Amino acid sequence: MALYRAHVLICHGTGCASGGSPKVLETFREELQKKNLDKEVLVIATGCHGMCEFGPIVVVYPEGTFYSQVKPEDVAEIVEEHLYKGRIVNRLLYKEPISAQKVCHYKEIPFYGKQHRIVLSNCGYINPDNIDEYISRDGYQALGKCITEMSPAAVIEEMKKSGLRGRGGGGFPTGLKWSFCAASPGNKKYVICNADEGDPGAFMDRSILEGDPHAVLEGMMIGAYAMGADEGYIYCRAEYPLAIKRLQTAIHQATEYGLLGENVLGTDFSFDLHIKEGAGAFVCGEETALMASIEGQRGMPRPRPPFPAVKGLWGKPTNINNVETWANVPRIMLQGAECFAAMGTEKSKGTKVFALTGKVKNTGLVEVPMGITIREIVYEIGGGIIGDKKFKAVQIGGPSGGCLVEEHLDLPVDYESLTAAGAIMGSGGLVVLDESNCMVDTAKFFLEFTQRESCGKCVPCREGTKKMLDILTRITEGNGKPEDLDTLQYLGEQIKATSLCALGGTAPNPVLTTLKYFRHEYEAHINEKRCPAGACQSLLRYTIDPAKCIGCTKCARNCPVNCISGKVKEPHLIDQEKCIKCGACMANCPVGAISKG
Amino acid sequence: MTNDFESIKSADTILIIGSNTTENHPVIGSFIKEQKRKGKCTLIVCDPRKIEMAKYADVYIRQKSGSDVALLNGLMHVIIRENLHAAEFVEKNVNNFDKLRETVARYTPEYVSGITGVAPELIEDAARAYARGPNSAIFYTMGITQHVTGTNNVRTVANLALLCGMLGRPGTGVNPLRGQNNVQGACDMGCLPDVIPGYQKVALPAARQKAKDVWGADIPETPGLSVVEMMEAAGEGKIRGLYIMGENSMVTEPDSGHVRHALKNLEFLVVQDIFLTETAELAHVVLPASSWGEKDGTFTNTCRAVQRVRKAVDSPGEARPDWEILLAVGKRMGAPWDDMTSPETIFNAIAKITPSYAGITYGRLEGGSLNWPCPACDHPGTPILYTAGFPRGKADFSPCEWQAPHEWPDEEYPFLATTGRVLYHYHSGSMTRRSSTGDFIKEMAIEVNPADARSLGCNDGEMIRVSSRRGSVAGAVKVTDRVPAGMVFLPFHFSETPANSLTSSQVDPVSKTPGFKVSAVRVEKS
Amino acid sequence: MDAIQAIINGKEISAEPGMTILQAAKANGIHIPTLCDHPAVSPFGACRICLVEAEKNPKLLPACTTPLTPGMVVFTNTPKVIEARKAVLELILVRHPLNCFSCPSNGKCELQDVAYELGVKESSYADPGDTNTSHEYEDANPFYVRDLNKCILCGRCVRVCEEQAQYHAIDFQGRGIRTSIQPPVGSPIELSDCVFCGQCVQVCPVGALSEKTALGMGRPWDIEKVKTVCSYCGVGCEVEINVNRKTGKIANVTTNYSSPTALNKGRSCVKGRFAWQFVNSEDRLTTPLIREGDTFRKASWDEALSLVAEKLGSIKERHGGDALGFFSSARCTNEENYLMQRLAREVMGTNNVDHCAHL
Repeated sequence: MALYRAHVLICHGTGCASGGSPKVLETFREELQKKNLDKEVLVIATGCHGMCEFGPIVVVYPEGTFYSQVKPEDVAEIVEEHLYKGRIVNRLLYKEPISAQKVCHYKEIPFYGKQHRIVLSNCGYINPDNIDEYISRDGYQALGKCITEMSPAAVIEEMKKSGLRGRGGGGFPTGLKWSFCAASPGNKKYVICNADEGDPGAFMDRSILEGDPHAVLEGMMIGAYAMGADEGYIYCRAEYPLAIKRLQTAIHQATEYGLLGENVLGTDFSFDLHIKEGAGAFVCGEETALMASIEGQRGMPRPRPPFPAVKGLWGKPTNINNVETWANVPRIMLQGAECFAAMGTEKSKGTKVFALTGKVKNTGLVEVPMGITIREIVYEIGGGIIGDKKFKAVQIGGPSGGCLVEEHLDLPVDYESLTAAGAIMGSGGLVVLDESNCMVDTAKFFLEFTQRESCGKCVPCREGTKKMLDILTRITEGNGKPEDLDTLQYLGEQIKATSLCALGGTAPNPVLTTLKYFRHEYEAHINEKRCPAGACQSLLRYTIDPAKCIGCTKCARNCPVNCISGKVKEPHLIDQEKCIKCGACMANCPVGAISKG
Repeated sequence: MTNDFESIKSADTILIIGSNTTENHPVIGSFIKEQKRKGKCTLIVCDPRKIEMAKYADVYIRQKSGSDVALLNGLMHVIIRENLHAAEFVEKNVNNFDKLRETVARYTPEYVSGITGVAPELIEDAARAYARGPNSAIFYTMGITQHVTGTNNVRTVANLALLCGMLGRPGTGVNPLRGQNNVQGACDMGCLPDVIPGYQKVALPAARQKAKDVWGADIPETPGLSVVEMMEAAGEGKIRGLYIMGENSMVTEPDSGHVRHALKNLEFLVVQDIFLTETAELAHVVLPASSWGEKDGTFTNTCRAVQRVRKAVDSPGEARPDWEILLAVGKRMGAPWDDMTSPETIFNAIAKITPSYAGITYGRLEGGSLNWPCPACDHPGTPILYTAGFPRGKADFSPCEWQAPHEWPDEEYPFLATTGRVLYHYHSGSMTRRSSTGDFIKEMAIEVNPADARSLGCNDGEMIRVSSRRGSVAGAVKVTDRVPAGMVFLPFHFSETPANSLTSSQVDPVSKTPGFKVSAVRVEKS
Repeated sequence: MDAIQAIINGKEISAEPGMTILQAAKANGIHIPTLCDHPAVSPFGACRICLVEAEKNPKLLPACTTPLTPGMVVFTNTPKVIEARKAVLELILVRHPLNCFSCPSNGKCELQDVAYELGVKESSYADPGDTNTSHEYEDANPFYVRDLNKCILCGRCVRVCEEQAQYHAIDFQGRGIRTSIQPPVGSPIELSDCVFCGQCVQVCPVGALSEKTALGMGRPWDIEKVKTVCSYCGVGCEVEINVNRKTGKIANVTTNYSSPTALNKGRSCVKGRFAWQFVNSEDRLTTPLIREGDTFRKASWDEALSLVAEKLGSIKERHGGDALGFFSSARCTNEENYLMQRLAREVMGTNNVDHCAHL
C-alpha cells in the first residue's frame, strides 16, 4: 500500500456537493499533478462533517486543518501554500461565530467540542465508496465476531444490555424488539432499514448513509443473524440519490468481499439485501405503511396488532429499525454493551444525532450524548441565538414533536424527559426559535405539513388536522374566534386519542404545546388582531410616521399596488385596505419613517 | 364439474383450456384468480386468445385453434416419458393404459410444437406442473367442445386427469363450466334425444320399463334427433312440426341462412318465449312465457348443485310460466297429469324417476343447494364425484389421435374466425341487449390482431367485412393482440350482424355439437 | 382450539379464537357501530367509529382490528368512547353533504344510522363552505353513479374490488384532504380495469356509489328481498331480487355476502347484478299470437292452446310422432324441461327432444 505524507479530505455529502465540492476535488487533483505532488498527497471524497452551512469543507491531515467554504479558485493557494510550502492558509480557516476567531484545527472548533461522535465517527473521515477504508477502521469486525463466536441469543442479550432504543422516534428498546422477531415462528424473516427520513429539515440518516454506508449494512446483518432473517430491505427515499448510490456501491463491494450473500465469511449465515426507493411520502416512514410500499401497495398504515415482528413484510416476521439505530449496532457489538451503556442517562443510553437548525449561529448535524441539556446544545454547540436575540423555544421531534421553552433549557435530552415536557425525541429534528418567530405560525407550518402528508385513511388525521389547520389559518389571518382555542385543544386531544397511526397520533403536538406555553400569543392574534412576533403577514400594518416622512415619494414609487399617496415633500399615507404587506415601502424608505406592527 | 367451487381452494395447479373464465363465468374466474393471486396455485392457461386469465398464468400456452388433442397428448407424452403419471392409481382404476402410451408416444413436444405452434419447453413446463399437483384441477368450456372433434377433445382432457389421478379429491377434477344457467338441469331432465331423466338410455329396456311404471306410457326406443339434426330434417321436410321453448335458433344455431330456410319449410311452428325473437317471428303460434323472476322452480348449476329459484314479481299481461303452458298443452292432448299442479309437485315427479334426484325435495332445498347424486332423503349430496372410485369399477382411457379441423384457412379464405361471448352480453342478447348492459356495448366489435389490421389498412373502429363460404357479416374493428395474427374473433350476441352466418353446421359425430370455434374466412375493409 | 372467554360491558362472553372484538361482540349480540367494517372484506381500521375501551389499556382500541384476547375486559359505550365516536363522526360530517332528502341511500345510509345512534344532527366543527363540492357527479356508464362528494373514504369499495372481485381497479389516490378513490391516474372508470360487477356499489355505506337504474325504483323501506338464482351462466350465483312492494316491480338485484346458502359467497358479475331490466321490457310478449298471413293477431290462451294441440295432433296422426321435434331450453327450470321431454316422449311418442347444451 502506498504511503502518503498528507491526506486531503473533501466532504462529498449532499450539502457540500451541491456547494461544488466535486469541482474542488477535481481542481485539487489537477493542481497536485501540476506540482508533482500527486504521489505524496492523497485526495479523498468523504461523507458529511455536519457543518454543512460552511461547506464545501476540506480537512488536511496530518494536521487536521479545517478549511471552510472552499471554492475551486482557492485550491491552487492551498496546494501551493499548505501542501507545498507547509504554511496554513489563514483566510480560508473556519471563523468561529461566537469569538469571531479563526480556528485552525478540527478538534478546536466549539461546534465539535461538546459532541460525542460515535455513529458519525467515520463520517467525514473515510471514503464511503471504499470498503477498505471502512475495514481499516475495524469495519465488519463486529459482524465476524457475532457470526463466528456468538449465538443469536447472545447477540440479542448484548443488545438488551446496551440499552439502545429506537432512534426513529418511538424509542422502543432495540434488543427487546429483536427478541420478539426472533421468537416469532417461521423460517422466512426480514429485516428492514427505515431510511425514509421525511421530517422537514432533518438529514441525520442521509448523512450516515452517505458518509458511512457499511455501518448500516453491518448493523442489519448482525440483526439478521440474531433474528434468523436472511433477507433485508433498505427503504430509502428517492430524494436521496447520493445515499442510494453509496449504498449500491457498498452492497456491491461487500458482496465481492464475501461479506454479503451466501455463506457470509464461510459460515452458514446468508443474507441478501435490496434497496427499495420510496416515492417521498412522509407516511411511508411509518413502519406498516413502509412495508405496504415495499409490497407494491399504496403506502398506508395498517392496524397493529398484528405487529411486524409477527406478521410483517409479505406476512412474514419482520424487524424494522431506522438508519441511526442500525449504525449503532456494530459499535455496540465491537466495544461491548457496557461501553455503550456507560454513555447517557439511566434509561437513555448512548448518543443521539440531531439536525440543529433555526436561529442559532452554528447549524448542522450534531451527535451528543444522551442527557446533555438543551442549553448546551443551543448555546455551546449552536453558539447561541443569531443576532443575540432572545431565545424563545426549541421545536424538537419535527412535525410530531412539540415546543419547549426557556424553563426547559436545563432539561436533559432523553426520551422520558422530553416526553414528559410535551415534546418527543423523534428522529432528531431540533429547530431553535427566537422572539421573531410567531408560535401560531410555527404550529401552522407543521400542521400544514402533516395534513398534506396524511395518507387519508383514518378520519381524525385526514379530516381533523384539516379542521385544525383551517382554524389556525383563520387565526393567523385575524379572523379567529375566542372559542377557537378550546376547539383546537379538544380536537387535538381527540385526534391524538383516535388516530390509526403515529402520524395522526402526534400531528396535534405542535399545536398543543404552543397552546400550552404560548396561549397569550394565540390570544393576541384573536382578541387584538395582532401578531406579537410580527410574523403573520395578514396582521401586519405598515404605517408612515408623518413626523419623519420627508415626502421623497420613494415608497410610493416602489409600492407594487400603488396604495401610497402623498404629494412631493409632504408626508405620505398608506391605504391599509389596498396594502398587500409586501414591505417594499419600508425597505426603500431612506429615513426610516415606515414601521410595521 | 366433478368438483364443487369450494374445491378450488385446495388446488395446487389449475389448468384452464378453452375457457375465457373471467368473461363467461366471472365468479368462478374470481375464485380461480383469488387462488392464484394469493400464491396458492400454479396456473396454466391454454387459449389461442390472450384472454385476461393469461395475464395471471405461470404458463401461458397459445395453441392454434383446433389443435387441443395434439397439445394434451403432448402433455401426456411428457408425463409418461418423465414417469410423472400416477402409476398406482392407473393400475387400480383405469383400463387401456398401454393403448394410451402407444398413442401419445409420437406426440413429442417437438412434434406437438409443429401442430400447435407452442414452444416445446412450455409444453414440458405445463406437463410437469399439472402432474406435480399434488392436486390439479382442469377447467374447460366451449373452446374444447365446440369443435367437430369436440368429443375427442373432451376424452383427451379426461385421459390427462386419469393419467395423473387427478379425480376424487378436493382440488382436482375435470370441470367443464356450463354456459347456461340450467343447461346441466336440462340434460339431467332428459332433454336429450337418447335419454330420459337421470341419463337412463331409451335404448335400454329397463329405462323404458321404468318410464312405463312411473309415467304409465310406452316410450319409443330409437334415440331421437339432435337440435342440429332436427333442423336438417326440417329443411328436408322430414320434420313437419316443431315446438321451440325459450330458444332463439336463428341467432344461436350455426349457418343461420340454412336455419331460416328450415323453419320456413315447417308445416307448424310453435315458439314459446318472453320476446318475439327472430325465431318467434317465423312461428305459426307464439306463446307468451314468464321470465326469470316471475316463476318458481329449480336450476341445476355447473357443479350439479340443485337450487331453488323463486317468483318475485308477476308476469306482464297474460304471460304464463312455461310449466303451466306445457301442462296445459299436455292435458289438452290427453295426458293424465293431474298429479302435477305446481313446480313442487312436478319436482316430486322428477324425484320419482331420476335416481340422482331421488333424495331432493323443496323442503330440503330451503336449507341450501344439494349436489346430485343425492339418492335418498338422508343423503347429504355429492359435491365431489369419484371419491370412492368409479361407479363402473374401472374407467377407460380413450386415446385419440389429433385430426385437423374440418375447415382450415386457405388461399381463398385465409383467416380463421372464432366466435364467443363478451362479458357484457349473453348468448343471443335477447336479455342483455334489453338491459343496462345493452347501453354499454351496443354493437359487435371484431377483434383483429394489430399486424393483420396493418396489412388490411384498417384502424380501430373502422368497418370490415368477414365472409365465409356460407355467409358474410360486417362490423367495427377492435385492434388487439388478444387474437393472434391470422385469427379474428366475433361475438355472436348481435342478430343484426349474426356471427353465425359464417359458421358451418358440420357437427361432432357423437355430441352433435357444431364446430363454432373454427371457420375459414376472408376479411376485407368495407 | 378452545373458545376465548372475555367480558364485554360486564357480560361474560365466549368467542372463537382469532375473532376481533367487533366480531366477538356481534356474535354475542352486542352492537358496536362501524362504518368501514363489512363482512365481505378484511378489517381496515379507518373510520375509527368502532373505538372501545379495554381494561389495563390506556388507549382507545378499534374493535374491528383488535383481536379479542382471553380475559379481556371491554367496554363499548363509556363516556370516553362515546365522546371519541362523536368527535370522529362530527369530523366526517364537516364535509359530507347533508342533503339526505334527495340521496339515493336515504334510509339505508349507514352514516345516517350512526349519526342517529349518537344523537348527532350536524357537525359542530363545520364552517360555511366546508361541504364537499370538489368532485364532479360521474354518471357516464349505464350501471352506477359516482358522487364522490359523499364519499367517506371507508375503503370498502377498494377492498371488495381487490378481495372479492379480484380486480383492484380502484384505490386511494392523493393525500390529506385531497384523498379520493379513483382508478389509475388519467383513466376514467369506463376505461379502467373495472368490470362493473357492482360489488363496490353494494358495500358502499353512503350514497357515494349508487345504481343508476335503481334510481326512483323504490326506497329501502319499500323493498322486499326474494332470494333466487341468477338467470345467466351456469355458475348459479345466489342473488336477491329487490321488489318494491308498492309497485310490484323489480327495483334492483343484490347479493348477500353472509348467506350460508350462496355458492357465489355474495360475489356477482355485471350481468347478474345489472342486466335484469329485460324483465320490464316493452318488448315482452303479453298475449298469445296466431299467424295470419304475414302478420300476427292476438289470441286468447284457449284459442292458442287448442290450435297447438290440434296441429301437433294432426301431424302425429298423419306422419307419426317422429315428424315432430321439441326444442327445450337451458334457460328454463328443471320442472319445465322435465315436462317438455314428457310431452315429446309420452304424449307425442318421439325421442326428438333436445336443447342447446352444445351451443
